[in-house]
Amino acid sequence: MWQATYEKLRGFGFTIVTVALDPSPEAARPWIEAAKPAHPSLIDTRHVVADLYNMVNVPTIVWIDARGRIVRPNDVAFGTDTFKHITGLEAAKHLGALEAWVRGEAPPLGEARTRALQILPTETDQHARAEFGLGQWLFACGRAEAAARHFERAGELAPHDFTIRRGTMPMRGVDPMGPAFREMLGAWTKAGNPYYKPLPE
Amino acid sequence: MTEPGFTLIDDGRAIEVAQAAGVERATRAQEAGRPVAIDLAERAAYLGVAAATRAAALASLEAPDFTLPDLDGRPHTLSAHRGKKVLLVAYASW
Repeated sequence: MWQATYEKLRGFGFTIVTVALDPSPEAARPWIEAAKPAHPSLIDTRHVVADLYNMVNVPTIVWIDARGRIVRPNDVAFGTDTFKHITGLEAAKHLGALEAWVRGEAPPLGEARTRALQILPTETDQHARAEFGLGQWLFACGRAEAAARHFERAGELAPHDFTIRRGTMPMRGVDPMGPAFREMLGAWTKAGNPYYKPLPE
Repeated sequence: MTEPGFTLIDDGRAIEVAQAAGVERATRAQEAGRPVAIDLAERAAYLGVAAATRAAALASLEAPDFTLPDLDGRPHTLSAHRGKKVLLVAYASW
C-alpha cells in the first residue's frame, strides 16, 4: 500500500513505519508479503500503538518530524485507491500534502493547530483498552471464551473504537468482513456517526 | 497446599503472583487512577495506563516511542528514525 510512496520520497530524509494491528503475525503476513515493503513493517498484536496514540480505527496515519515531534495528528489516509470504491476516500489528497511536507515545500499544521485537532483518550477509552489487553492475553493463552467476554466488554465501553470492535472479531470467531460487521457498521452510521473521520484539513 | 496463582499483566509484561497479592495490586492501581480489567475466575488482571498519562504525552507532541517486531521477529524502535521525517501508518487485515 505504501511502498511506492516510500520509494518516491525515501531520498528526502523520510521513512515509513507501518504497524499491523492484527491478532497474529500470520494474519498480516499475506498483506506484507504482497506489498514487499522496504520500510519497517511491524506487527502489533497487543495494540501498543493504538494505546499510545489513541487510535480507534484503521488506517490511521501520523506525521512525525525529524525531531520526533507529531506534526500531523491521527488522520485517515490510504496509500492507494484500492479500497476507494468502499471507503470513498481518495489517496491523492493526503499523498500530495505528504510529499510537499517531506520535500520541504509546505510547512505542516503548526503546534497549536495540531493540538486542536488531537483527540485525547478518556478514562473510559483507557478502561476499554485494559479490557482489550486482558482479553488479548487470555486469547494468547488459549482461553478464547474468557477472552471474548473481555473483548465484548471493551466494545461496549468504547463503541467508537473499531480496533476493538472489529479488530477482535477474528479472535471471537466472527468474520470481520461479514454480516456481523455490516450490521455493526449500519447501526453506527445510521446513528449519525461516520466510520472514518479524516481531519478537516 | 499452595495458594492459587494469579497473573498480573502490567506494562505489557505478565508476572505470576499469589492471588491475594495480585488482587491487592490491581486494587491499588485502580485507586491510583489506572484502568484495570480483572477476571477472578481466570485469575488474571490487566493494569492499563491512565487517560491523563496518555493525554499529557500526546498533548506534548513528542511522538510516543515503541518497539515492535517485524514478521521475522526482529525488533524495531520508532525513535531509531530520529533525523528523518516519518509517516507512521497503522493498518490491519480486518
